[in-house]
Amino acid sequence: MTSICLLYPELLGTYGDGGNAVVLAQRLRWRGIDADIVEVTAGAPVPSSCDVYLMGGGEDGPQTLAVAELNESRALHVAVDRGAAVLAVCAGFQLLGESFTGGDGRPAAGLGLVDAVTSHGPGARRVGEIVAEPDPALGLPTLTGYENHQGVTRLGAGARPLGHVMIGRGNDAGDGGEGAIAGRVVGTYLHGPVLARNPALADLILSWVTGPLPALDDTEASVLRSERMAAAAGRRLRPGAT
Amino acid sequence: MPRCGVPLPLRTRVAAMAGRAVAEVSRRAGRGGGSVIGGRVLLALDPRALEVLAAGRVSLLVSGTNGKTTTTRLLAAGVAAAGAVATNGQGANLPSGLVTTLASAPAGATAVLEVDEGLLPAAIASIRPRAVALLNLSRDQLDRIGEVRTHAKRWRDALAEAPDTTAVANVDDPLVAWAASGRPGAVWVGTGQRWRLDAASCPSCGGRITWAGDEPGARWSCETCDLARPEPAWRLDGDDLVTPAGTRVRIELQLPGWANRANAAMAVATASVVAVEPKDALDAMAQVGDVAGRYRVLDVDGVPVRLLLAKNPAGWAEALDLLRGAPAPVVVGINARIADGRDPSWLWDVPFERLAGRFVVATGERGRDLAVRLHYADVEHAFVDGYRAALRAAAADGPHVDLAANYTAFQDARKELGA
Repeated sequence: MTSICLLYPELLGTYGDGGNAVVLAQRLRWRGIDADIVEVTAGAPVPSSCDVYLMGGGEDGPQTLAVAELNESRALHVAVDRGAAVLAVCAGFQLLGESFTGGDGRPAAGLGLVDAVTSHGPGARRVGEIVAEPDPALGLPTLTGYENHQGVTRLGAGARPLGHVMIGRGNDAGDGGEGAIAGRVVGTYLHGPVLARNPALADLILSWVTGPLPALDDTEASVLRSERMAAAAGRRLRPGAT
Repeated sequence: MPRCGVPLPLRTRVAAMAGRAVAEVSRRAGRGGGSVIGGRVLLALDPRALEVLAAGRVSLLVSGTNGKTTTTRLLAAGVAAAGAVATNGQGANLPSGLVTTLASAPAGATAVLEVDEGLLPAAIASIRPRAVALLNLSRDQLDRIGEVRTHAKRWRDALAEAPDTTAVANVDDPLVAWAASGRPGAVWVGTGQRWRLDAASCPSCGGRITWAGDEPGARWSCETCDLARPEPAWRLDGDDLVTPAGTRVRIELQLPGWANRANAAMAVATASVVAVEPKDALDAMAQVGDVAGRYRVLDVDGVPVRLLLAKNPAGWAEALDLLRGAPAPVVVGINARIADGRDPSWLWDVPFERLAGRFVVATGERGRDLAVRLHYADVEHAFVDGYRAALRAAAADGPHVDLAANYTAFQDARKELGA
């Protein structure tokens, strides 16, 4: 049994982020591996025994509420020390770091699980399709997603970017970086159901806790990936064409 | 002309004539009803037209994320039982549509106006309505998120400055209840709304909102400040509406489902502000068959097809309840244009797992995103380009087809199917 902990879906679930839990659980079940999704809402104790932890996007106020609870219980820190995997998206990614901009506009302490600092970036929100080439060491195909954030995230020496931005903004810190990876902790600005468009990333995270996994038929995801990457590149594609 | 016997300023009169002339040209050119383009001309010539045209008239506004068009239609029917009504029944809910409706309204007619939720504060300030029905606020267009709470704040501020306006508000939506509590004398309606995902934290102080139970109409309160569910004067209880006097009136509509009973409850409470009796209002609402194409049944190549519109997760949760039971096939159309929100990540907030046990045809410009969502929901499905072709594929699986689509996809479907 692999347990997937979905942290604070009511606070950090603005962009369909719960979809990542569904993707992970189904990809295990289709391979005959039992999977359980554990939803933890604000105020409830966070288990430290799960295999994968997921955090999604949210607004500034809810983000601050979530980090306060996690820093108090330290359950996520215990789980990471034990070897659990973490995927944190958008606001979730920001609060993995040392600090981020809180609801009052001032720096707030993050979880300190990734060597990163996030501040409010200048100008309009970074909104739109994003394409990134993942760190070659990960052996993943191109990452495709959608971003919608105000943050600028600078990585320290203890973290490396998940990928390099080809189209879009990503961390927007001037180095072309997108997201972060530190051990089995992954953060990304590819928001919402990022794993639906990037099944290989889903399988990489799962393999950290289950060992090697056989391939699945991802034909529909491949068609969607091609369509979205073409849209990101600004090429005219007839809607629905393959 | 409107305005109970008071002549309009020359500028507004000329602007209204120009607007009507342009609308007529647009209609004759076969480019829709012409109300939006005519209204734009009117507003360009007289920016204060909305305020001038609304002065001296009794107006009722309807706003919220979901159910605006239907509630406006029901409210217009209910108020029409007691007197003349002018309404923007086709959902033209921006300033251009509002001024067009008001400019052509007969003298003495009550204006029943659907208003875009972002525009509501400005509409309250210039129209100075007798009442405003506040339905709900939930996540809608994800690339514009953050606006849900901003809307609640702006509604609250606008109502604080509107002493002549009665807020008729849904107490089961904390964002709406907080917005309406800025104006004393609000008429509280218990709709039993089930969507709670956008009210996890308090709109007033940021504290945690807790609910006393999972049942519809459960009491909610903030753990930190004193915001809590107001005691409703009107209450939806199954098929009955309980009035402030404690009497029960049966709600019998042609429109299906809980969401439409909730819309009717809000409309009856709003109509009561202008002294329409609940029974009279409901009798009139029972005559409403389809609303701007929603719930209409079409014959497409010999197959009966029912049209359903759902624009966001809260709306889809209700729409899935309205579908004919499995194994009846369903066509679902998804677009992600500006009016829909450019980001269809919300597909993962919709419990499409409920469609298991039937064949679903995914279509629309973002039908590929839906196909992947259905794949993970273990729902048997196919992607088919085009609405007629999608319906044909679905009809092979059953004698009736329900077609559910989001905003611009719904428009595309109506256009392609000639509905």
